[in-house]
Amino acid sequence: MAKLLETVDLVTNFYTYEGVVKALNKVSLVVDHGSTFGLVGESGCGKSVTVRSIMRIVQEPGRIEGGKVIVYLDESDRRAGIDLLEQSEAYMESLRGDRISMIFQEPNAALNPTLSIGDQVSESFLFHQKKEMFTKIYEDLCAPECQVLYPLKKIQQAVYGMASNNPHAVSLKIMNKVPILKHWQKRLKREAKKRAIDIIYKLGIPNPAQVIEQYPHNLSGGMKQRIVIAIALACNPVLLIADEATSNLDVTIQAQILELLRRLKEDVISSILLITHDLGVVAETCDRVGVMYAGNLCEVADVRELFGNPFHPYTRALLEAVPKFSVIKELKSIEGNVPNLVTPPPGCRFHPRCPHAMGICRETFPEMKEVEKEHMVACYLY
Amino acid sequence: MDKILSLKNLKKYYPILGGVFRREVNTVKALDGIDLDIYRGECLGVVGESGCGKTTTGKAIIRLHNPTSGHVYYYGKGSNSEEPVDIAITKKFALKRLGIRGKLQMVFQDPTTSLNPRMLVKHIIAEPIKSQERMGSRELEDRVIVLLKMVGLTRDHLLRYPHEFSGGQRQRIAVARAIATDPEFIVLDEPTSALDVSVQSQILNLLKSLQQTLNLTFMFVTHHLLVVKYISNRVAVMYLGKIVELAETAVLFSRPVHPYTYALLSAIPIPEVEHKLSRIVLSGDVPSPVNPPEGCRFHTRCPFVIDNCLKEEPLLEAVKAGHQAACHRKHEMEKLIAENFGQTGFLP
Repeated sequence: MAKLLETVDLVTNFYTYEGVVKALNKVSLVVDHGSTFGLVGESGCGKSVTVRSIMRIVQEPGRIEGGKVIVYLDESDRRAGIDLLEQSEAYMESLRGDRISMIFQEPNAALNPTLSIGDQVSESFLFHQKKEMFTKIYEDLCAPECQVLYPLKKIQQAVYGMASNNPHAVSLKIMNKVPILKHWQKRLKREAKKRAIDIIYKLGIPNPAQVIEQYPHNLSGGMKQRIVIAIALACNPVLLIADEATSNLDVTIQAQILELLRRLKEDVISSILLITHDLGVVAETCDRVGVMYAGNLCEVADVRELFGNPFHPYTRALLEAVPKFSVIKELKSIEGNVPNLVTPPPGCRFHPRCPHAMGICRETFPEMKEVEKEHMVACYLY
Repeated sequence: MDKILSLKNLKKYYPILGGVFRREVNTVKALDGIDLDIYRGECLGVVGESGCGKTTTGKAIIRLHNPTSGHVYYYGKGSNSEEPVDIAITKKFALKRLGIRGKLQMVFQDPTTSLNPRMLVKHIIAEPIKSQERMGSRELEDRVIVLLKMVGLTRDHLLRYPHEFSGGQRQRIAVARAIATDPEFIVLDEPTSALDVSVQSQILNLLKSLQQTLNLTFMFVTHHLLVVKYISNRVAVMYLGKIVELAETAVLFSRPVHPYTYALLSAIPIPEVEHKLSRIVLSGDVPSPVNPPEGCRFHTRCPFVIDNCLKEEPLLEAVKAGHQAACHRKHEMEKLIAENFGQTGFLP
């Protein structure tokens, strides 16, 4: 399969008062076209920081210190990789929410409580698809069945024709400042709303025209999460990053959302990068899984391989620590705690809790190596 | 078996105030008639979606709020009165005088918010003991150290503040505080949902061993069904302020009778790749507890609705010995589920 996203030795640090938090330590992962990649780990292991670094939205005092984030947006052209870390902020802005988009953890925090649902969903159309919408409106105006008063029609045709050629023209910007003339955008907003209704309807929300007028507090948690997904899917992204998209929802609603993501993956989106701490969600939805521990990626494998034949001691311990349906025996727990990342342990970061720790584990960090086909692990045992 | 608590038609309505004079315009029916017996030494799991009244039930038993109506009978072991005490209506000072307060304890969901950040661990754990009995300070400290050892901490942790601990250790402190007064019954309100997987199993194992050594009775409130399966003997499934099914854990997982239980069980993402099952994905959301639907509360989302469900509210009745369900079609449900989904349970 062709690569879609590749991170190479990504390093992100946070400069806090207590010291430098080494949140990511050379994370290298590959997401293929058409696959669902799951990133699992405990809280504070750097899952969210990884994707935030990919999107370049690491918050202060964090800084991306090194590495590469390469995207291959065009499936056919393999060599045309773009290193996102070298691009301008303007380029990133045009990419975020358009080709790569993200679902955030808490729908309550992701939605603006003072804007209606319609405004929030149509915002991404207004940001990314202005040109297409202008062209569409212009064609509608030129169509013979368009019933607008003749002189008005001529004026609107002129304005929208100009806008569809260059949506960022200076004359349009001047028009936006003039009180009466700024109403020219009415058709654009109407078109964006129409598209918003379409996308919300596609996500299985009953009577979308009504929902569009409502505010986030009118909706339930599952509905809000659907709206957040709608915003993310608005511009048909190539890669959808779901950062704990279901962890605050009830199991029955979670099942609905996962079902929805699976359906969308079949026909709309190409790849999903799913971040979760729930191994169950991973087992059900992902093709490939990466396990993270304390800022390191310690194992990457196909789902069946990882659950059936885990290599890394941390992965094994994690799988034994979760209660399961079929197995009825004492749960094993991992002794100790996740290390403080200001002063991470030298060598392998898991060695203080590892039952198989050797001398070399305390000194140097194990490199990722391919032990079996498509099964990579960073451990000296192999 | 020996009962320890018995809830009879317990109700809790929260008022919604409105209008100029802040009159009561409506009520949120958080608990709408709960009947439940809890036996000594068991661990009763209470599961359900958020807002279904799990925590309200737990708080009503501890009398952290006053129930609107109904009774909570407490059958004390070796208490001076043979008669059960009704916790729901007894005055609060009388509860303390009878020594019931110390016997019923609670562990809260998020240890970061349930521990006072300004108090030392020593004082946090000693506080409930001080309010129950008189004890010299040296004696008290010895007792606190014993409690800390029981939950897997050491005396080094005595003079620290909660923020110096990790999430799992904080929850251990909360457990130590709950067992400080030698309780018989503890409500565990989602004790592991704020914790990571590896720490969650530590706490679950700790709770299990404490239950055996101290002979405790647990009510384990959670939304995580696999945790319930691991720790509890019996499970009560709640939906919109009512219990819809009550059975032993193995029975509930292998032969659920209520369609909601089946949907809930089938919705769990299972951390095993080989395990593929047919799933009922319920449409829609939980209805508002302000105006619960007429008839059976689940009928708006149920795949097996019949006319009777819309009119008459089903009662919690026995299907078999020790297995109760509130469904009009409880006797044919097993067959219906098998026909529609090709399986009846979730245990091998």
